[in-house]
Amino acid sequence: MAGMGNLSIAEKEELIGQVKQQIAVANAQELLTKMTEKCFKKCVAKPGVQLDSSEQKCISMCMDRYMDSWNLVSRTYSNRLLREQNKM
Amino acid sequence: MSDFDSLSSVSSDKELQDFLMVEKQKAQVNAQIHEFNDICWEKCIGKPGSKLDSSTETCLSNCVDRFIDTSLLVTQRFAQLLQKRSGAL
Repeated sequence: MAGMGNLSIAEKEELIGQVKQQIAVANAQELLTKMTEKCFKKCVAKPGVQLDSSEQKCISMCMDRYMDSWNLVSRTYSNRLLREQNKM
Repeated sequence: MSDFDSLSSVSSDKELQDFLMVEKQKAQVNAQIHEFNDICWEKCIGKPGSKLDSSTETCLSNCVDRFIDTSLLVTQRFAQLLQKRSGAL
């Protein structure tokens, strides 16, 4: 496969940028999907003809708490990974 | 440049390979965090309040660590069962 010509530096940078962007979009989508699912479940017990104001309030608090929770879980997991690495 | 050309130069490029490997690992860690958060949210969160209180925070971090412990324990014991079984044959 050699001799196909390597990517130029500019092409490489463009590719890396594209990959990074796709990853960021995928991450945001995953978070959005999860958050919607969890907060719908928590806040809309009996779906009515519209989202009433208490449901809307609950949903925005739920989103904030979901991100708090995500950050805490992330910190706990990375601490654990460090501890497990030190064991080896 | 055709797709084939760019694919083969990607796979022969050390720097790109390293970049992709690191990103892949990051993505795996990220997916794992999503899974933990999914599980521990169900266990620990009642009605979402104006902040996470400290008992909820403790619950969340215990939940992550105990889930990992469980996963390690199940894996170990499963390996033992497989070993016993293959020893009996």
